[in-house]
Amino acid sequence: MTSDFLLNLAQAVTKGLLTGMVYGLMALGLSVIFGVMRVVNFAHGEMMVVGMYLAWMGFEYLEVSPLLSLPLIAAIFFAVGYGLQRSLISPFIGRPEHQQFLLLLAVAILLVNACLAIAGPDSRGVQMESQFDSYELGPLVLDAVRLHAALAAVAIALLLWLFFSRTRTGKSIRAAADNHLAALVVGLDVRRLYAFTFGVGAACVGAAGALMITIIPVTPFLAAEYTLLAFVIVIVGGLGSMTGALMGGLLIGVSEAVAGLLVQPSLKSMFSFGLLILVLLLRPQGLFGKSNS
Amino acid sequence: MSFVKRLTGDASPRILWSLGILLVLLLVAPMMLGKYWLSVLILVLYFAFVGQAWNIMMGFAGQLSLGHALYAGLGGYIAAGLYSHYGIGPWAGLFAAVAAAGVAGAIVGYLGFRFSLAGVYFALLTIAFSEFTRVAFDHWEWAGGSGGLFLKVDTTTDIVNLRGGPVLFYYVILALAAGAFVLCRALLESRLGRYWLAIREDAEAAQAVGVPVLRCKMIAIVISAALTALAGVWNAFYYNNLFPETAFAMGRSIEITLAPIIGGLGTLFGPIVGAVVLTGLGEIFTDLGEALRIPGIKQIFYGLALLVIVMYRPAGLWPWLADKLGLKERQP
Amino acid sequence: MSGARLELEGLGKRFRGLRAVHDVSFTVPGGAIHALIGPNGAGKTTIFNMIAGALAPDSGVVRLDGQVISGFRPDRICDAGVGRTFQLVKPFKGLSVLENVTVGALHRRPHLAEAREAAAAILSRLGLHDRRHQLAESLTLPDRKRLEVARALATEPKLLLLDEVMAGLRPTEVDVMVGFLRELNQRTGLTILLIEHVMRAVMALAAEVVVVNYGEKVAQGTPQEITRHQAVLDVYLGEQEAL
Repeated sequence: MTSDFLLNLAQAVTKGLLTGMVYGLMALGLSVIFGVMRVVNFAHGEMMVVGMYLAWMGFEYLEVSPLLSLPLIAAIFFAVGYGLQRSLISPFIGRPEHQQFLLLLAVAILLVNACLAIAGPDSRGVQMESQFDSYELGPLVLDAVRLHAALAAVAIALLLWLFFSRTRTGKSIRAAADNHLAALVVGLDVRRLYAFTFGVGAACVGAAGALMITIIPVTPFLAAEYTLLAFVIVIVGGLGSMTGALMGGLLIGVSEAVAGLLVQPSLKSMFSFGLLILVLLLRPQGLFGKSNS
Repeated sequence: MSFVKRLTGDASPRILWSLGILLVLLLVAPMMLGKYWLSVLILVLYFAFVGQAWNIMMGFAGQLSLGHALYAGLGGYIAAGLYSHYGIGPWAGLFAAVAAAGVAGAIVGYLGFRFSLAGVYFALLTIAFSEFTRVAFDHWEWAGGSGGLFLKVDTTTDIVNLRGGPVLFYYVILALAAGAFVLCRALLESRLGRYWLAIREDAEAAQAVGVPVLRCKMIAIVISAALTALAGVWNAFYYNNLFPETAFAMGRSIEITLAPIIGGLGTLFGPIVGAVVLTGLGEIFTDLGEALRIPGIKQIFYGLALLVIVMYRPAGLWPWLADKLGLKERQP
Repeated sequence: MSGARLELEGLGKRFRGLRAVHDVSFTVPGGAIHALIGPNGAGKTTIFNMIAGALAPDSGVVRLDGQVISGFRPDRICDAGVGRTFQLVKPFKGLSVLENVTVGALHRRPHLAEAREAAAAILSRLGLHDRRHQLAESLTLPDRKRLEVARALATEPKLLLLDEVMAGLRPTEVDVMVGFLRELNQRTGLTILLIEHVMRAVMALAAEVVVVNYGEKVAQGTPQEITRHQAVLDVYLGEQEAL
């Protein structure tokens, strides 16, 4: 009885960890954008949903696996994100928060309703070949689909880490994030770096969308939920911190899965929001963020 | 008398005359308008009223709340629940509704302000409380759970229980909107109002000239929450149904913020102008959407309109409009 | 009762273990003008922030007319009669110049009309009356400094703390501000403590000068004494040849 329960719990935790890695990748995009530009992307969940739809279309109409279309989707997201920042968002950097909020809200409304207009309100899923495969790890059973998605998310996060720590552009972006004025003084093209950053953040969430569609089907109505989820993860982990976003993703993934096991699944978001409130009040820099008071 | 004088203060006679004419027109409107236009006007007044309530917090005191659905939802649920379970009419129920929302506002405010959360962080706290409450109401039997709470539809006019047709609800929301307008003017022209503006501009400097910042912010959120709860009560009895999914949704909170942002934050006419523009656009785009028969098309136009407004009139429509009309609302 | 308007006793403050202010004591008698000088980073503004309540001291006390005020909130300290300006000016940018000062005046006059009248009177004395309907954000830096002083004065303080209000002013403007403060002090008996780098103003105004370096008081005396004080010459004047 107890060993059964423990096994179920371990199973839920594993599942939560795997989903959490994809959550983490999604939140990473939000965190990167905020960390550098101090703009909160209120259209983040909508971008996620667009990524999911693109991967679904690739699968449905071109019969390409989401894992294969992912690089292309990320590239498209990068280009569109770059353009979006250059054209729409750039003038709003440093403006009052409510104006940024309204701008990104408008973008969010446009994105989600474009999905609705094109793909309709029905839920759209992807039937992967590996749908029913699984790996066994001792007594634990890992869904192949979920495992692949999680591994891909980790690989992308690693690439991102390499980008920020090894490349010139990546280092410049971090410098600009640390000190806007100093970056201007040493002659960095901050406008281009910002556009690049938004592109990178968008590519993250696009890639996360392509992975997520292999785990659950998409509807336009998921968008707002993902925006909130990304906020929760990023605040819990530490806004602007990369490791924070990933760890926050794992934490929320696990807490959702365990809440689904222990109490009613419909109560799972109450856990997340409760955690969010506690973190905001007790440790607003996030569990993994650095204090900068 | 001195109160009236303080209210009218240095407002130009042109503004006072325009307001007088507007009020008379609104009072006789139900006799002139058909059912459809009356329902549109009701929506305008509703958004003007909640917009005014939200504006106290954001426009005056500078605290961004994206969780005002919490107060509207609590207000609506409590008044509707008291009526449907115990037959307690809304005029009595609204006291409970206002008190509950005020307490909720005080809790959110105290936690947020005490732990000095500002800007986006405070906004996320308000969202979190609203979402938390949404899930709680989903599982609360007394409030009907996720299945919703319904009031018996009854159009025979019964003012005591706020039952009746659109005309009754029109006059109630007109009274609320007009009352909120006067209240906001009175607040702005008081010491408290000026203290709010000072806090909005720079809380540290305000405190250095003797402004009790925490107390002023608390008063702002409690007044704002209480007024929003009244809107929630009205809303519940007008529509006769409540669902946690909509009453506490983030979309509902966002809807409340739009009229004042679009119209002009911190101005008295901003929420009204914003409500007219947004409701007008909404109606036009609904017709357009029905004609085009594409799902989501209404919202796409709506999104485009918001985008255009925020890009070209980021400070809102009213300051620009007032300038054009030569009716400059004196910026305090 | 010590008879001093302002009394600092053993004031100390640390930031993350770093000693910002250590064991600073001095008094300012009622009606006097004193100056607080020292190199950048010496802890002058930290001392001001502890007097005005923006920071709570880790050790020591601040007394105003014999009453302990340290540890109070800034608005309570304003109630007690301390007005302050900010080194990095903090105008209410979106409000007009008149309304900026009115907020200060509301502190002792709850009615808006009266507060506005009082504010207008202060603005005339500081030469800002013509600009009273301009938004504060449209002011030049010297005018913003004047606005800081006007807003603090509007709270009708017993003690005025001025944090580098002369910085960035032209010499003639410095003379005007010095004249204004001296006249104000003589007419109303207002006690003033100023942080200042502009030595010309310190020499003209201050009856006594307190010198701090590395968070500690190194000297106190009349301006003439201070300029001859060896410790001061070592730590301060040698470094900054402004005198």
